[in-house]
Amino acid sequence: MADTLKERPEFRNIHITQIRTYRLPPAGFVSILHRISGAILFLLLPFIIWLFDVSLTSEITFERFTSVFVAGAGFLPGWFIKLVTLAIIWGYLHHFIAGVRHLYMDATHSVTKEFGHSSAVITLALGFGLTVILGAKLFGLF
Amino acid sequence: MAINYGSKRVVVGASYGLRDWLAQRVTAVLMALFTVVLLAQLIFGGPLGYDRWAAIFSAQWMKFLTFVVIVSLAYHAWVGVRDIWMDYVKPVGLRLALQVFSIVWLVGCAGWAIQVLWRL
Repeated sequence: MADTLKERPEFRNIHITQIRTYRLPPAGFVSILHRISGAILFLLLPFIIWLFDVSLTSEITFERFTSVFVAGAGFLPGWFIKLVTLAIIWGYLHHFIAGVRHLYMDATHSVTKEFGHSSAVITLALGFGLTVILGAKLFGLF
Repeated sequence: MAINYGSKRVVVGASYGLRDWLAQRVTAVLMALFTVVLLAQLIFGGPLGYDRWAAIFSAQWMKFLTFVVIVSLAYHAWVGVRDIWMDYVKPVGLRLALQVFSIVWLVGCAGWAIQVLWRL
């Protein structure tokens, strides 16, 4: 009895130093990226509301909204503003899609290993794929 | 087995129940619906300029919905960010400071967003 207890494997939270060596399944990546994208959106909230503010307040501030992506703001160049906006786009897309996956799994009890895997792959692909398309639009590639 | 309920529970700052878990999902659904409603208005309705963008948020029902979404976002983000602090930040003083910062950050942002919305 004592021997079998000793041999029981121990599962602990992954420490930050183990992140690089720990191989996560796709669902694990969706999970940690859900958290990271949420944190990014939380930290960039003032910038998002600033965009909401200048785009909506008046026609003059709307001009400021459209020009900030070209002319930049203060010491920040336009490409940097675009890069931050790209982070918001990816963050929102991933958080949204992973959230819908979460709600779907909660509502339908779809908790099989296969569904967890395939839906995670779809979530990652949709999130990054749409980011590439919208990013190309943002940086004027089409 | 350590007693972790009632008056002898170990206080770690969590709500011991369903409320926040459910609130995070309800607010998520509201924000997802808002996203769909906003996207539908953006995609259908011709060329997008200041006039049409402002008109979308001028509609009273849209102000109503946007207001609800701003409040939902603050609550949703509070639950999520608090989870992050509880998972990674162990010193109680630092955790409390970060939680206070999160509340200030979210309440301030929500106030700003509501001001933008309601002066339109």
